[in-house]
Amino acid sequence: MKLSLGKWLLPSYVAFAFIFMMIPIAYTFVFSFNETEKSNIAWKRFTFENWLNVCDQQEVCNAFGNSIAIAVIATLVATVLGTAIAIALGRYKFKGRGATNLLLFLPMATPEVVMGAGLAAQFLNVGIGKGFWTIVIGHIMFTLSFVVVTVKARVATLDPRLEEAGKDLYGSPASVFWRITFPLLLPGIMAAAMLAFALSFDDFIITQFNAGAETTFPKFIYTAAARGIPPEANVLGSAVFFVAIAIVLIVQLRSSLKARRLAKK
Amino acid sequence: MAFVALGQGSSKTVEPTRSSRVAFVLLAPGVIYLGLFFLTPLFSLIITSLKTASMTGEIGMYDYGLEFGNYAYAVSQYGPQILRSFVYAIIATVMALLISYPIAYFIGVKARNKPVLQALLLTLVIAPFFISFLLRTLAWKQIFSNESPVTQVLQALTLLPADQNIIGTDFAVIFGLTYNFIPFMTLPIYTSLERLDLRLVEAGSDLYASPAKTFWRITLPLSMPGVISGTLLTFIPISGDYVSASRDFLGDSDTSMLGNVVEATYLRMQDYPTASALSVMLMAAIVIIVSTYVRRAGTEDLL
Repeated sequence: MKLSLGKWLLPSYVAFAFIFMMIPIAYTFVFSFNETEKSNIAWKRFTFENWLNVCDQQEVCNAFGNSIAIAVIATLVATVLGTAIAIALGRYKFKGRGATNLLLFLPMATPEVVMGAGLAAQFLNVGIGKGFWTIVIGHIMFTLSFVVVTVKARVATLDPRLEEAGKDLYGSPASVFWRITFPLLLPGIMAAAMLAFALSFDDFIITQFNAGAETTFPKFIYTAAARGIPPEANVLGSAVFFVAIAIVLIVQLRSSLKARRLAKK
Repeated sequence: MAFVALGQGSSKTVEPTRSSRVAFVLLAPGVIYLGLFFLTPLFSLIITSLKTASMTGEIGMYDYGLEFGNYAYAVSQYGPQILRSFVYAIIATVMALLISYPIAYFIGVKARNKPVLQALLLTLVIAPFFISFLLRTLAWKQIFSNESPVTQVLQALTLLPADQNIIGTDFAVIFGLTYNFIPFMTLPIYTSLERLDLRLVEAGSDLYASPAKTFWRITLPLSMPGVISGTLLTFIPISGDYVSASRDFLGDSDTSMLGNVVEATYLRMQDYPTASALSVMLMAAIVIIVSTYVRRAGTEDLL
């Protein structure tokens, strides 16, 4: 009896924990279908209206568009800069490796409010007005380290003999990079880019300090929270959730099935 | 969200084989970027924290100076909020650890031979990241609001006094902080436990150690790198967070944390020196905590 209790205790705890974790997500989704007049707090009536006419709430849609634009630019720049650093760290010997590691580690160990206020203080001292581009600058800064760490892990698993073989076969450094190194690193680079995008898209604190009058999706929610957020925000939040989950599930299942195939061989 | 990083950082590094000027070309742009937009802002914070009120008396205008009194002012004015941040952060971190460890253990050890289940559970762990944490926090606010069925049932069962709110209390804020950071705790611990050599655990039980003793003496010590990363990844962001504690979310005026004060002093009162002094102190505290940790764990492990 004791054994069977022990056997079921952990799985049931985990099941409960996951249900608990999903509650606010389910809540947000359900209330995206609520017919609302003033506030989206009490449940009134089921409707598809919010999903069909998301952009009736111009403000939400603009903020959402801004968030996407900022995330795309920040992801592109951070991925290029970060991949270069990751390759340098994983493939080359150089002085100042420790200092570089520390410089990359620090942003991950700094509370966002410090980075946000610091950047804002710098823009203020230099006299740069805050807006779209100051948000982009902040996002590149705090996502960069995460890109480096993710790509570096991939570089570490790369067999250097493959590149050597390329060189032995008279490949130029450029063609060795683009034909061998880059394709092998691509899954890591993609993962890093996805992570950077998610971090940038969801960022609120650094954004708030450096946005000026510019709005992003999280900033819109924060500002609107006092008077109650419109259901359209729930619609967009839920939509992003399902797209992201679909992507991750496909990637995860593919890689775990691949691992299983390899294990069988 | 260093989870992906920490999740993959496990593999051993291949010894760097070439030495070249190429390395500097690769490093320079990113390192210069971080120098300009991460390091110098930290100095900007220090400089700003020492500014004095402008002679013109305009709001938001300050002159360069060496006003160390700003720090004393910040502490005397906002002492309770500073203290509260650390108390909340410690409680929420411990709660997140207690909640996350069994989840991580289940995914990393029990589900080890079931790759599809493992992949699904990992996706569920990170699922909350895909919906804005502001929306999730607002959802909790409404679930625990006075009009909500949850609160009314608790009151009907007299588990909660009829005139007692849930929103606006220490409990609500710590609850929100814990909830938001559970994935940050679970993933690094999972990574450690995933690599745990189960033969060591078997050896423990073969040598007649009780399951509890095997856990305390073998499993837990071997998962310490994950516990350390998870603790840092949870504690650091919580100590500077101001969303959960905000009065528009789960908090009230007497649940304000350091982050709330920095937000209010910087963005609303335009009292840049005080906001900067508070940020510098928070940063200093974090640096001390992290370097104590790092001295034990090593930076390469954290990266």
